[in-house]
Amino acid sequence: MANSQAIATSFKVEVLNGIHAFGTSVVRAATTADSFKAALYLTTATIGAASTAYTATGEVSGTGYTAGGVDLTGAVDWIAPASSGTTAFSTCTASIVYTTVTLTTAFDAVMIYNSTQSNKMVGCYTFGSQTITAGILTLTMPTNDSSTGLMRIS
Amino acid sequence: MVTTIYGDMDEAMLEKKTGVVDNDNEHTTWVEYWLKGELVHRSAHVALKKGLSALCETASLGG
Repeated sequence: MANSQAIATSFKVEVLNGIHAFGTSVVRAATTADSFKAALYLTTATIGAASTAYTATGEVSGTGYTAGGVDLTGAVDWIAPASSGTTAFSTCTASIVYTTVTLTTAFDAVMIYNSTQSNKMVGCYTFGSQTITAGILTLTMPTNDSSTGLMRIS
Repeated sequence: MVTTIYGDMDEAMLEKKTGVVDNDNEHTTWVEYWLKGELVHRSAHVALKKGLSALCETASLGG
């Protein structure tokens, strides 16, 4: 059997678990998972790969919506990172729900960010333009696997 | 009862509209309630079909 050049699949899972630090890292207060939040952004906002942290610029506003968005819910925010094949993945444990809000200016993105680590951004997920009037916005998570999980490292 | 901008209202008093958006990224359903031409309630359920993927690549040594 020959050697093969590869990044260890276990490493990818460990990255999601915050095990490795190739540069200056942070002092963790505990070994528990961080807490995360989800903020909505207007269609006119410019959140993307170059964004680094939560910002109020371009965020939705309206009745029932608190700046910064909502906490991810569940006993933990994310399903414990796992792997399948050579892909590591994790997904939020529950749907993200904004209850009884009125958001009349169109929005089409949600930023998930780490509220434990200085609101650093995890990812921005887009969807078709929406408004909500005295209603509920529910964002249901994809299947947690190597091909559709919310956060994947392949 | 339906929660509206005027408080809870009997659904029978309102005109109901629904819609579906389905593509590679999402399956979304929405419901609207209208009162005499005014939108008084809109909710949406966005089911994301897939998340984001980052690609790790190794470099060859001594390339």
